[in-house]
Amino acid sequence: MTLIIEHLSKQFTKNGNDIVDSLGDINVTIQDGEFICILGPSGCGKTTLLRIVAGLENPTSGKVLIDETVIDRPNPKLGMIFQDYLLYPWRTVNENIMFGLELRGIPKEEMVDVSQKYLELAGLSGFGTSYPYELSGGMRQRVAVVRALAVDPSVLLMDEPFGALDAQTRNRLQHDLLEIWDKTKKTILFVTHSVDEAVFLADRIVVLTPRPGHVCEIIPVVLTRPRDRTSVEFAKVRRYVLDLINQPKCSFS
Amino acid sequence: MNRSLFKVVSVWRKAFLKFLLPVAIIIGWEILAIVLNNPFILPRIGSVLEVLLHPFVDILGNGSLIGNAFISLGRVIAGFVVAAALAIPLGIGMGRSNTIYEFFDSFLQLLRPIPPLAWVPLALAWFKIGLVSMVFIIGMGAFFPILLNTLDGVKGVKKTWIEAAEILGARERQILSHVILPGAAPTIWTGMRVGFGIAWMCVVAAEMMPGTNSGIGYLIMSSYNWGQVNVIIAGIIVIGLIGIIVDYLFKVVDRRSFKWRELER
Repeated sequence: MTLIIEHLSKQFTKNGNDIVDSLGDINVTIQDGEFICILGPSGCGKTTLLRIVAGLENPTSGKVLIDETVIDRPNPKLGMIFQDYLLYPWRTVNENIMFGLELRGIPKEEMVDVSQKYLELAGLSGFGTSYPYELSGGMRQRVAVVRALAVDPSVLLMDEPFGALDAQTRNRLQHDLLEIWDKTKKTILFVTHSVDEAVFLADRIVVLTPRPGHVCEIIPVVLTRPRDRTSVEFAKVRRYVLDLINQPKCSFS
Repeated sequence: MNRSLFKVVSVWRKAFLKFLLPVAIIIGWEILAIVLNNPFILPRIGSVLEVLLHPFVDILGNGSLIGNAFISLGRVIAGFVVAAALAIPLGIGMGRSNTIYEFFDSFLQLLRPIPPLAWVPLALAWFKIGLVSMVFIIGMGAFFPILLNTLDGVKGVKKTWIEAAEILGARERQILSHVILPGAAPTIWTGMRVGFGIAWMCVVAAEMMPGTNSGIGYLIMSSYNWGQVNVIIAGIIVIGLIGIIVDYLFKVVDRRSFKWRELER
């Protein structure tokens, strides 16, 4: 699997006639199994970028290719996890996990098996018949992650999925996500505005400028996993990224 | 004061407040009835209870209280089902497609303020006296609350719910059946509850129209002609009770099936 983002730009029409540049000429090539974080300030168009990759929006120019196929609509190879309102509140945890399989007409017994497997992967065995409102925010996010995984996509797109959680839960889920990533060998494209999160998770960090967002720098993070947030090496990378986003070339366009 | 005692006192206080007015009305009624001493204006409570306690007894050849109540209920259900069968699909269509919305909106806005009973003469002219007329009038009453709530419910379905389904490979029909319908169901149900209430009001009034010869509304009107005010009052009480029972059933389903709505965030 290779995911290529090529000369991608996006403009919005605001109030009928004002044209706003949201993204300008993004180029990124993502290899199979990579963990990529897209880091940028609020309003730089990183969510828009992810939505275009997901096939939910069309770019103004340029294209996204997955294994040489142009993406212009949702594609079964791509799964997505949203920041908010991720689960269907009228469905139990099991039914949420099985949702994608149900749409594909997978037989019931098979769905139950898959659901069981992913419930375990999420560390939520025993919560299958619970409803989303009975779970904490962190647990809901775990369900959302495995619901996306249940249909076995090659790439997971994650839009600030841990943004609304408290720091402890957030750290825990980052850790668990890496474990799931390691087990399932998925490619992950993860949008965040947290430098700490990006350095902890990513193989490479794609730093975007403010609007119109374009790639300022792609930083490889060569720290071995599991990463220690308190280590000197971690702090060095973190420092580097923080310095970078304050430099004129990354903070102005 | 200890806590549980406080709670007991508050429960009793609540019960007392709730029953205070009905009890006062009953006592006032009985006193007034004795003073007036005219059963053609205000009958004694006993004579109303006499009718209520024998609901299966035929009243002056017009059938029994319960029998007529069930005839009315049957008519309401028929009109209500027709209204729901039209309003729910239309509401979903209007909620999902701007074209359908624009096409129907102005026409429906024009019909909406017309009271259902204003259709009575037209219904009689078109369908003559009978079930079809009744269903038409009742349906008119139930249609709009169901339509407007369905529209509201469909528009209120969160965009990310739909997008999440699209990402997982849902086609338009599946989005409808797996996301829109369950997501809008609580609001649609509220519309049906309101719609049924209005339909129930319509049937009673429609049955009072000339030419009808059954139903609780007819029974009341006919009892007026015979000067049987105690039957009128008993009939009114039955109408109220059935309304309360049906509304309660709607509420029970709502609480059981749509618990998620209250608890979601």
